Amino acid sequence: MGQFLLVTIQIDLYDRLALNLEADLVQMVSKTGARGVLIDISVVSIVDSFMGRIIGNIANMSKIMDAETVVVGMQPAVAITLIELGLPLTGVHTALDVEKGMELLRKKILVDGEELDETYNTDSTE
Amino acid sequence: MEKNWMKPITPTVLNKDKLSVFKEQDVVPFRNRVKEYATRIGMGLVNQTKLITAASELVRNMLRYADGGETLIEVISKGRENGIRLTFTDKGPGIANIEQAMKDGFTTGKSLGLGLPGTKRLVSEFDIKSVVGKGTTVTVVKWKNG
Repeated sequence: MGQFLLVTIQIDLYDRLALNLEADLVQMVSKTGARGVLIDISVVSIVDSFMGRIIGNIANMSKIMDAETVVVGMQPAVAITLIELGLPLTGVHTALDVEKGMELLRKKILVDGEELDETYNTDSTE
Repeated sequence: MEKNWMKPITPTVLNKDKLSVFKEQDVVPFRNRVKEYATRIGMGLVNQTKLITAASELVRNMLRYADGGETLIEVISKGRENGIRLTFTDKGPGIANIEQAMKDGFTTGKSLGLGLPGTKRLVSEFDIKSVVGKGTTVTVVKWKNG
């Protein structure tokens, strides 16, 4: 996956596991220098406020480690429940599936890169 | 018998199950049990997800504030409607001000304070009784089509 970390959550996590995932992921971002984290939750049937907070934490922690997080594959029923519960997952980028998530991550990181290139180019032409 | 029609309709309990929850590893099996009952009465996926999420929030509250307690899962029927009733009973410190605890954003712990009001929005009926120093009982009902 090059500069991206791909995480697929395959079971309903209990608290300790979710906290471990949070810690492991941040460690991995630092270790691998990944610029993006993609979390696939397509088989997760329940996201309660605790799990929502973990996802938000991962996104925020990765952000300050210079990596973008995209959550993909949320089940429609989970989305409905999250909003009614009052947990809109602010600050977390989402995409419909892994492919679209990858595209979004690539775009996000490219935009940063292009901006740098542009400034460099204008400087060199002047 | 002839005055039967005057009685208020109280739900009939068709089936019930008790589960103790005293550690966080009990949460997922409890949720699975709730799912099993909800599936059995033919509850749709969205309502099922709402019910299980509500159950998860309540059971987590019970663990966090009261070190766990007892849960009761019941299949109930009222008229033509079937539903699931969940009762959470703990012997924790109790809630001094229920009105305040039911407000969005209020928390005594480190949480976001979404637990009780958020949970109430996910279910059809919500009832909470608490005695300070004795414990708290929360009862929720989710109707199959509600």
